[in-house]
Amino acid sequence: MQFQDIGQIILYAVVVLVLAYPLGQYMAWVYTRENDDIVARGFFRVLGRGSGDEQDWKSYAKTVLIFSLIFFGLLYALLRLQGHLFFNPDHLPGVTWPIALNTAVSFVTNTNWQYYGGESTMSYLSQMSGLAVQNFVSAAVGMAVLAAVVRGISRRRMGTLGNFWRDLYRSLVYIMLPLSVIVAVILIWQGVPETFSSHVTALTLQGGHQSIARGPVASQISIKQLGTNGGGFYNSNSATPMENPTGLSNFVEMVAILLIPAAQVFMFGRMVRARRHAWMIYTAMFAMLAIGVAVSVTAEQQGSAVLQQSGVSLAATSTQSGGNMSDKEVRFGIADSALWTTVTTDTSNGSVNSGLDAYTPAGGAVPIVNMFTGEAIFGGVGTGLIGMFFYILIAVFVAGLMVGRTPEWLGKKIQAREMKLAALGALFVPTMILVLTAVAIATKVGQASIFNSGVHGFSETLYAYDSQANNNGSAFAGYGATPFSAAFGTIDMAFGRFVPMMAGLALAGSLAQKRTVPASAGTFRTDGATFVVLLVGVIVLTAGLMILPALTLGPVAEGLMH
Amino acid sequence: MLTRNIIRSVLVIVVSTVVFGFGYPALMVGFAQAAFPSQAGGSLLYHDGHVVGSALAAQDFTGPRYFHERPSATTPAYNAASTTFANFGPTTTALAQQVHQQAEAVLKLEGPYNPGLKMSDIPVDAVTTSGSGIDPDISVANALDQAPRVALARHLPPARVVALVHQYTTGPQWGFLSEPVVNVLRINMALDGLTGGSR
Repeated sequence: MQFQDIGQIILYAVVVLVLAYPLGQYMAWVYTRENDDIVARGFFRVLGRGSGDEQDWKSYAKTVLIFSLIFFGLLYALLRLQGHLFFNPDHLPGVTWPIALNTAVSFVTNTNWQYYGGESTMSYLSQMSGLAVQNFVSAAVGMAVLAAVVRGISRRRMGTLGNFWRDLYRSLVYIMLPLSVIVAVILIWQGVPETFSSHVTALTLQGGHQSIARGPVASQISIKQLGTNGGGFYNSNSATPMENPTGLSNFVEMVAILLIPAAQVFMFGRMVRARRHAWMIYTAMFAMLAIGVAVSVTAEQQGSAVLQQSGVSLAATSTQSGGNMSDKEVRFGIADSALWTTVTTDTSNGSVNSGLDAYTPAGGAVPIVNMFTGEAIFGGVGTGLIGMFFYILIAVFVAGLMVGRTPEWLGKKIQAREMKLAALGALFVPTMILVLTAVAIATKVGQASIFNSGVHGFSETLYAYDSQANNNGSAFAGYGATPFSAAFGTIDMAFGRFVPMMAGLALAGSLAQKRTVPASAGTFRTDGATFVVLLVGVIVLTAGLMILPALTLGPVAEGLMH
Repeated sequence: MLTRNIIRSVLVIVVSTVVFGFGYPALMVGFAQAAFPSQAGGSLLYHDGHVVGSALAAQDFTGPRYFHERPSATTPAYNAASTTFANFGPTTTALAQQVHQQAEAVLKLEGPYNPGLKMSDIPVDAVTTSGSGIDPDISVANALDQAPRVALARHLPPARVVALVHQYTTGPQWGFLSEPVVNVLRINMALDGLTGGSR
């Protein structure tokens, strides 16, 4: 590992922080400003009387569910019918039903799990009007729900959390669209195609023919990264040179991936007037991210057992990056690939810039553990911080038990109802992952999806349900598409998305009604280092104890056998 | 409540499809064609008025006269319309076989031109598939291993080809982003410019 690699990782952390802090302040303003702009006023007039009214948590939750369901139905229909529709220069046929079902749910839930190769399956119409729109909207739904939850936490003795349509509009117009344009411009400059022309056929230097896929790539890639979506234009996703051509494009895309989830921590701090508390949350998240990066980079730089035994040169020198270059791109080498993988699995961004199946056992365990925390390490836009709130409640509850007092958070008493919701939010998804993985492993029909045999096949299966449940979407791509895996994945993604979201809204609805009690000498302080240690401990214990047996059967066994 | 929400949902979906599905990409395509036409079109490289490939896609090179790309997992190899990686687990025999065969192939190809070449001289990127199957780059070490062969096959002084490798080494970008690489298509086009192409 070269000095330059370490410097690059540190620079990345600094750039994210420097951009996320002011963005968080801006986002707090966006979600709390009183007046609607003129477009929004027209928008509410079109939607009808009462469409901009304050909603309680049940009404807000219902609107989210109905909206997502309708969008799912329309997207499914579009994918099935694309062969008969316009804007299909490569004459691609309609998508088969299991793939269309899985893909539609995948994009609506902000997962972007892909059982298909983008350039050879989706028409331009599907890519643009279906998937690219969903990249914006599903991300904005997550942001809207977070805004409502944070508002609920900040309110006192009120029944309402805000209005879904208003939060959705503001997320899209004030945050997602401007950021997407900025990132897309940089990507186009660096070489990401942006054209409506179809494939081009080259006559190669040695006289062969090569078909080169192009399209409106840059505009989709920028939002796929900002919205922690991850669905690529090309099958190889961000490993494809046309999605991610240079060191700068890679750096900018990595910043885009972490930017909004990081900014939302500061947005929360401002909206609830607890800035020191927000800094502590950021510190806890960042510490866990840094550990993942350190493990992953070190493991990949050492290379896999197979490569070490082969006798080829794995040493990092000034003329090669060395290490486990299997399914990695030369321009990214080890540091950029391992950093990307850690950051994307922390944030529920399913994009990959290297093939995860080929990662070393330790390098491959990092993303599994990251995702298993339920996106609490920054996490997806919106949903990540909501996942963290569950852990925070558990942490203050544990602290309350230790000193024998009713736990408080931000001046509000945490009682049985809040703890039940927090436990549901924190434990539902990991439990579901383990159950689905067990069924997929134990049945013949489930085993048909596994590509690599033995323990690595188990890791592929675990990864698939871990990734889909947490709406990440990256894959140990060995896990294949069958009607069984497509259907199972659909359940995994839908429940993994909406159960924690609903628990978060219910929690916010309950907290919004409470009055605040002044802090006393016995109040557990959530703005100090003790809190950070306790919070990280709670996450490690809760997620770690649940994943450890499964991890032993997969990556750990694999590492010990070789 | 229910029907009203359904109608509102459909309205919002229609409007966002127009704005984000069509308006936004159309705006970006318009901007891209005006400001960065070459990049926007896929960084295509031309020779005698026809497209010979893209600087962002590997293509198949065989024979001693050209620098070779990394192994590719696509079907057929270097398929820039259907990219993929190999997906072999890190401890599988499939990976071990692929690496072994590739390493033997490298020794067989380069050995006659580069007699001192040992297994431990082969950089790892020469024996592993890339993340996309169309990685357009090879490591500098990989290019330097191939330089003696290319020089001899083209009757060029080896130092001239080594100099060309260094001339075509790019990165780290801005001195610190990503790794140093040699773009195979670009350096091969430069070679043809020196000594004439071969089909």
